[in-house]
Amino acid sequence: MSLRIEAANSARWPGNLLASRLACGVLQPILTRIVRRIAARHPSLFARLGPYQTADFVIDPIDLPFAMHLRPDPDRLLFRAVPRDAAPRADAVIRGRFMLLLELIDSQEDGDAAFFSRDLDVTGDTEAVVRLRNALDDVDTSIAEDTAAMFGAPGRAVLARLRRGYGADMEKD
Amino acid sequence: MTLAELICPAGTPAALRTAVDAGADAVYCGFQDATNARNFPGLNFTPEELGDAVAYAHAKGAKVLLALNTYPPAGKVDLWRHAADLGVRLGVDAFIVADMGVADYIARTHPQARLHLSVQAAASSPEAIRYYCENFGVRRVVLPRILTIPEIRQIRTEIPCEIETFIFGNHGLMVEGRCSLTNYLTGQSTNMNGVCSPASDVEYARHEDGSMSSQLAGFTIDRFGPDEKAGYPTICKGRYTTSNRAESYYAFEEPISLNLSRLLPDLIDAGVHAFKIEGRQRSKSYVRNVVRAFRQAVDDIRNGRAANIADLVALTEGQKQTQGAFETKKWR
Repeated sequence: MSLRIEAANSARWPGNLLASRLACGVLQPILTRIVRRIAARHPSLFARLGPYQTADFVIDPIDLPFAMHLRPDPDRLLFRAVPRDAAPRADAVIRGRFMLLLELIDSQEDGDAAFFSRDLDVTGDTEAVVRLRNALDDVDTSIAEDTAAMFGAPGRAVLARLRRGYGADMEKD
Repeated sequence: MTLAELICPAGTPAALRTAVDAGADAVYCGFQDATNARNFPGLNFTPEELGDAVAYAHAKGAKVLLALNTYPPAGKVDLWRHAADLGVRLGVDAFIVADMGVADYIARTHPQARLHLSVQAAASSPEAIRYYCENFGVRRVVLPRILTIPEIRQIRTEIPCEIETFIFGNHGLMVEGRCSLTNYLTGQSTNMNGVCSPASDVEYARHEDGSMSSQLAGFTIDRFGPDEKAGYPTICKGRYTTSNRAESYYAFEEPISLNLSRLLPDLIDAGVHAFKIEGRQRSKSYVRNVVRAFRQAVDDIRNGRAANIADLVALTEGQKQTQGAFETKKWR
């Protein structure tokens, strides 16, 4: 089944369509670098994806002005930021706050618990999502920290600050 | 006082290492096929991964238990026999079995292997448990989640093997190993294919009012309001409309998790040898947090201190927890 992110999502960012496109343009080379590095360091995760290596995932951080499109095909890796109104047709959509999604990728948060609490929203092909989750969960090292390290001390500082903010938010909840 | 071993789940090699590092005495896991009851997409171990996992666990003083806890279809036993042979070759410490044919094969072919009786065998009486002990040399029984602590204490005096009980996680009891609900809708069996609510048949739909419905094989089995906590998409925990109720309700079971953290001293006193944490399908985060919490609690009790139990409700299904039948048979 294919889905299209509801146009209503873009309404959360009125007047930000231009900013969204600019952000996507700026981010693109960084995202490409990130996903290639992850693939090179963790080749075993592709086996757990099985037939879903060519599936299209839309990952939608609801508090950012854009979504992300992932196709984890080891031969033609694709990871790009997309404005919500230009999101591609996807086999599965994973939606939540940015830091929650980041902590799920890093196994700092539990996906089932986030689903139970309704902080994580999943639509489309459930098997694709389960496979992606299990593939990422079998990575021993921290993908977020590896990524932050690509940008040296400033990258690590940004990640630490984001995590402090997220931790404080969680305590308030 | 019994050893009160902590038996922890692992769906991936990384989860196994996480469990061992968090203090598991033993970790249970399965191969990537129908021989185990968590045959989920992208989960479980290749033979090579299991070999590495056994080496890792043994180097840190932990055991690895291989779940072969599904029922082979009649005449199609080769997959289970091959898995057992492989497990012996890879050096696993015990097999968790449900099917008598699988138990018999291992007992005859690998008499040195240690057998644990899976909860999927639903052996809840001394007579049933003794049958498995006497005929297949079973050394430990994983009790179904339908017994009170006084009943467990009594059973302990009447059987020649160790007792393992679940202490945390999914609370899907009914008659374990005999669930046909998923099979009824999807054609795939929980008991034989190891797939309860296969992901390929699950779909979630968001509605404009913020509610979410979960469907299995095209049948809606629950609809959660905008602020309502959700549960797994299993038929036994679905909410149904019936002619004798004005509103839909949980006709079989509720989305809720077992949490016996407060009953650990009573369970140890009743003679329980091992505590099992459910959740091979869960993340490393779940494994890390739950295993750490129970490691601390068990160590406190064993050292004569009051157990300091971490709050684990955020990890429970529907964010609700129960002591189930362990506290009282009137729990529902």
